[in-house]
Amino acid sequence: MPVVSVRDLAVSISRGGGRFRAVDGVAFAVDAGRTLALVGESGCGKTMTALAMLRLVPPVARIEGGEVILRDRDLLRLSEREMQDVRGGDLGIIFQEPLTALNPVYTVGEQVAEGLRRHLGLRPREAWSRAVEQLQEVGIPNAARRAHEYPHQLSGGMRQRAMIAAAVACRPALLLADEPTTALDVSVQAHILDLLRRLQAERDMALLLITHDLGVVAEMADEVAVMYAGHIVERAPAPALFGRPAHPYTRGLLATVPRLTAEARPPRLPSIGGAVPDLAHLPDACGFLARCPEAGEACRQSIPLAEIEPGHWARCVCATEGAE
Amino acid sequence: MSALLEVCNLEKRFGPVRAVDGVSFTVDAGEVLALVGESGCGKSTTGRCLLRLIEPSAGEVRFQGEDVLQLRGRGLREWRRHAQIVFQDPFSSLDPRMTAGQMIGEPLYVHRLCGRQEIDGRVAELLERVGLTAADGRRYPHEFSGGQRQRVAIARALATGPQLVVADEPVAALDVSVQAQIINLMQDLQQHTGVAYLFISHNLALVSHLADRVAVMYLGRIVELAPHEALFRAPRHPYTEALIASIPVPDPTQRAERRLLAGEVPDARHIPAGCRFHPRCPHAFERCRAQEPPLLDCGSGQHAACWLVEADTQAR
Repeated sequence: MPVVSVRDLAVSISRGGGRFRAVDGVAFAVDAGRTLALVGESGCGKTMTALAMLRLVPPVARIEGGEVILRDRDLLRLSEREMQDVRGGDLGIIFQEPLTALNPVYTVGEQVAEGLRRHLGLRPREAWSRAVEQLQEVGIPNAARRAHEYPHQLSGGMRQRAMIAAAVACRPALLLADEPTTALDVSVQAHILDLLRRLQAERDMALLLITHDLGVVAEMADEVAVMYAGHIVERAPAPALFGRPAHPYTRGLLATVPRLTAEARPPRLPSIGGAVPDLAHLPDACGFLARCPEAGEACRQSIPLAEIEPGHWARCVCATEGAE
Repeated sequence: MSALLEVCNLEKRFGPVRAVDGVSFTVDAGEVLALVGESGCGKSTTGRCLLRLIEPSAGEVRFQGEDVLQLRGRGLREWRRHAQIVFQDPFSSLDPRMTAGQMIGEPLYVHRLCGRQEIDGRVAELLERVGLTAADGRRYPHEFSGGQRQRVAIARALATGPQLVVADEPVAALDVSVQAQIINLMQDLQQHTGVAYLFISHNLALVSHLADRVAVMYLGRIVELAPHEALFRAPRHPYTEALIASIPVPDPTQRAERRLLAGEVPDARHIPAGCRFHPRCPHAFERCRAQEPPLLDCGSGQHAACWLVEADTQAR
């Protein structure tokens, strides 16, 4: 049974007197010890999906429906008080920018210990020593001393390690990581990805990784869900998604990622024409219609997500026809 | 042939921080030189110093033989006509109260490059050249997407017909699908106008698509400078090697055990003695701890600040 399963999640945002769907009919599940990557460009709804799962959507947004089942409890039906026990307890969170996510007026040790006191009911002294152990486990050298430091005293990489320590201290069943390495340099990123993989393997944690970086996805994910304009447009095991991408958007996205080349005259980078559509004026059609090189008449209707091979789903008329 | 731009021992200190610590390179006319490195390595500061957006602490910058650091008043303004900049964030680099047309027209007016009557025509031409329309000139920055804003910033930079454009992470704030559009545009413009780019970036994979030569910076200094092919095929500095190895490859069948770089970039207030990379270097030996290597010639235009280069040359 999956650790978390999201079904038909919908979030709307109000803007200029109107409301539009920022997340629409999103569904996925993650098993223990597995990683699902939620991929897409800015504004595609991936972060809003995460915030809805945490019940932390901003005031302009509203969860319209769906289910977020974490170990047989629907998070969308819990009271705020119960939800507070879930966040940082069964559900660990890592945000992109550790400098804003960590509280600047508490030491990193206090911020890790706080969760241990609250969720596991440890006494302060015990919580502190467990916090130091946890900081050590995520690779912070001299953890006993560094635990007394404030976030601004740590480097970007060390700060992200401290945030990971706080997120996993209470042994969550699901770790939700929203762009965990985007603010970091590549050499630091590699260490943080290694750390996440190690922690996940040791603790059999489910990991929901939200990112725009397909390199990170290829490195980490068992399964990938690609989002575009509020919908999941393709979902597949990582080898299938990278090897046989079915949706034209996925193919475009994979083609545009610059790969290291030593060729003296590398070919031009392929690009996707146009820009991401404004969600407030999305026609009742495939959301990728305006940018799709393969679009036809059949695309001018709302397209369902269809299974094109076992475990491989795409929201595209052409991909579905090809499979039949 | 002499270089378009020569930078010699450029230094910039911010109090105890040696942000740029003796950087030398040249840029030829029509060339793309990429300046790459991780955050805090001094690459952006270098770009800003040579345009004199901030004043360097020491060193020399020559443009077509003229000493840029001695320029004042009219001479400095003239220099800015020849050397322009495109910043990373098109949300903060464009004035929200000006239309695209006003922003692109302003440099033409300031430098008196055309008469008032001709400005609108020139602006329309520039807008079309960067893939926008003349009508877009009446729109304000908030009406554009990120990619379109960066097109406006590029049109503004090209308005004066510069010979050098410093592009400081011009696509880092954009989504990947839009990144490629902007890179292709910059390449087209270069072929069309013959402008040289100093392309500042942290993204080696991206740089490998457009640079003629690459300079890798670490802690305020260039540690390797080489033609594109040599740098990516056979890097000579262990830092370059590590940087290339740490780029995640978008292919799950190629998940490799990567050799990770030990430790972190040290604080620029306490630059290690000897080779500044030695505390993290897997090959460091006695000499690296004592003596800082200069950029050593590895042949065919490749230079690396590493004592191993000398050891290799002697072995041959």
